[in-house]
Amino acid sequence: MTVTYLDHAASTPMRPEAIEAMLPFLDGSYANPSGSHRFARQARKAVDESRDRIADVLGCRPNEVVFTGCGTESDNMAVGGAVAAARLAGRAGVAVCPAAEHHAVLDVVEHGGGEVVGVDGIGHVDIDELAGVLDRLDASGRPADVVSVMTVNNEVGTVTDIGAVAAVVRRHAPDAWLHTDAVQAPSWVDLRHITPSVDLLALSAHKFGGPKGVGVLVERGRAAEHRVAPLIIGGGQERERRSGTHNVAGIVAMTEAMVRTDVERDDECRRIAALRDQLVDRLCADLDDVVETVPRDRKVAGNAHVCIAGIESEALLFLLDEADVCASAASACASGAMEPSHVLAAMGVDRSLALGALRLSVGHASTQADVDRAVHVVVDAVTRLRR
Amino acid sequence: MRRTDGSARAEPGLIEPPHARVRSLGWVKVMCAMSGGVDSSVAALLLRRAGHDVVGVTMKLWGGDSDTGCCSVSDVDDARRVAQQLDIDHLVFNFGDDFDQHVVEPYVDAHRRGVTPNPCIECNRSVKFARLAERADLLGFDAVATGHHARIGRTDDGRLTLERGHDAAKDQSYVVHMLDQAQLARTLFPVGHLDKADVRALATEIDLRTADKPDSQDVCFITKSDGRSTFLGDRITFRPARVVDTDGAEIGRVEAVEMVTIGQRKGLGLPGGGPKRYAVDVDVDAAVVTVGDERDLLDPGVDVVDVAWVDAPVGGEVLVQCSAHGAPRRATVELGVGPEAGAADRATRASVRWATAERRVAPGQSVVFYDLTDRRVLGGGICAASTS
Repeated sequence: MTVTYLDHAASTPMRPEAIEAMLPFLDGSYANPSGSHRFARQARKAVDESRDRIADVLGCRPNEVVFTGCGTESDNMAVGGAVAAARLAGRAGVAVCPAAEHHAVLDVVEHGGGEVVGVDGIGHVDIDELAGVLDRLDASGRPADVVSVMTVNNEVGTVTDIGAVAAVVRRHAPDAWLHTDAVQAPSWVDLRHITPSVDLLALSAHKFGGPKGVGVLVERGRAAEHRVAPLIIGGGQERERRSGTHNVAGIVAMTEAMVRTDVERDDECRRIAALRDQLVDRLCADLDDVVETVPRDRKVAGNAHVCIAGIESEALLFLLDEADVCASAASACASGAMEPSHVLAAMGVDRSLALGALRLSVGHASTQADVDRAVHVVVDAVTRLRR
Repeated sequence: MRRTDGSARAEPGLIEPPHARVRSLGWVKVMCAMSGGVDSSVAALLLRRAGHDVVGVTMKLWGGDSDTGCCSVSDVDDARRVAQQLDIDHLVFNFGDDFDQHVVEPYVDAHRRGVTPNPCIECNRSVKFARLAERADLLGFDAVATGHHARIGRTDDGRLTLERGHDAAKDQSYVVHMLDQAQLARTLFPVGHLDKADVRALATEIDLRTADKPDSQDVCFITKSDGRSTFLGDRITFRPARVVDTDGAEIGRVEAVEMVTIGQRKGLGLPGGGPKRYAVDVDVDAAVVTVGDERDLLDPGVDVVDVAWVDAPVGGEVLVQCSAHGAPRRATVELGVGPEAGAADRATRASVRWATAERRVAPGQSVVFYDLTDRRVLGGGICAASTS
């Protein structure tokens, strides 16, 4: 059975180098890196080396890297921790984010009574509205404490101009920290160009060929100086920023995957963009009423997001699944039911069109054969559903 | 869905598959609606054993709080885990918009008008046997199965019949009465021929996690802790009403006329003691609840609208059931009559005359006709807002 896997934005297959790198720490080098013996020091060295290598790829200092359990934890810690830190310091603790953020950020902002800013028709934060909201908060005596804007949107692939966002935050909320959820970015964006503009940055290993269950939060600048409040407290193992025994194998594998991703990025972006372009061009040519949600020059190379009129994603995904094509539509809730996309709603996409959303995300494991097969299967399935 | 090799052939002797009709067509592809309860778990099990190509589907219907039904995360967990144990695929379909539109909003709106609907029946009518069945059809399934305790049979001349479940105490034919010939032809009730105890025994035998799960009883979108009045109170501006006796003299007050149902005894703001008194009429527009004794509650008949028939409309002597577990009563049905009935209404309106006067049926309740053997469903509709 050949599976056509076009769901890299959900999770990627692990890179072989990453699997190889983690194996020794599942087998021989099992010691707790916080211990005080030789074996422990061996594990500690692996964690410290990983931190150095990751800092190099991200363009930050090693002591700005915090290892976490996943991207959501990193986002929660950044936004929730910034709000908590602000409140401890006697401020209001106001978080601000755009409406198309991942729930890992959006729910924290909303839960904390923060402000949600609109996005434009391609899901990019409305810069003028952001400036206005920051001014209004400032004038009301509750200035923003943290602004969170994702580097790459997980559904539609839109790339945010983080430099422009940072300039607005500096001008309109000079004391606020800027966080970016960069979970979808490493395969497509050189983060050395992003990190210097932000105070906080979140990553998740399994989105770029690493294992599940490990992530990174970069804390730098003012965030490192004043420190976001930790989310998980206890032994303080991760430099007192996060407690819990280190996931040594996961950290080592994530590092290997990140370094490989960084080395191959330029070539892979060209290769994958060509596959993606072909995929979307052929779908649009073979099917009527297929709308490409975001123009290609505004989004990452691996994202093919379309809205297909006259069909429902749930039904389409069933037929794709039956033909062993893995794709997705919007995010799923705890029950596994597909929720209508809050991203498309924020972008102003008509609800009936949004119900026919399809995200095919191309990635490092994708081939020409995948594209050929996906086009064939999607066209067949849509034709059948429209009959 | 990839398992098309018919790997699990029927295990003869254990349980005779209840759907020879479909079996005669060969192994078929069946979508089994799985709520996470034991009945639909065993329905999927039996279909699997009969060799069908089965996919389990749990419908996500309600986004709010829920004790049970098919909407809570743990019910979906149960359905998914059972599907895994049975080695069938399991999917979740989000029909929340349809559920809101066809079940929840009409439920709230009906109460606003002083009408008491049965949301489970509307869910079956508009979601399970409509939206889900259409989706199943679109995706190439031959039939939709559910865990209802009801049976589908076939007459000598090939017409399909809808019959009470084998387990009289668990019979659910009342809530699926609206199925017509075309729907029945594509529906399976795999546990309808079983006693509930046997259903649980089958689940226990292969250690399904739902084997001892309690039956769900209540409306899935209303929680026990908050109840109906909180649910409706959040959506309707309740209006206080005068409570009067049959002579029109005011004898009490209620806070919410929308919450009073015909036949209700408690919560009418009346002092205790004395003869039993019931709500015999609810006038929402005038905000008046009339109470009377048991005799005032008696009616010679009931007008039924929106009638659906299993097969051709059947008038004459029948048995009539007016609640999910109510006793069937003898009556005569006259077709096509009732308030403002026209010639085109012969199939959709009916007037029921009780053999002996019966307690008034609350408007909005489903009125279901059975044949005189009390075995076969003939059809059913909804009690009209004004009784004759």
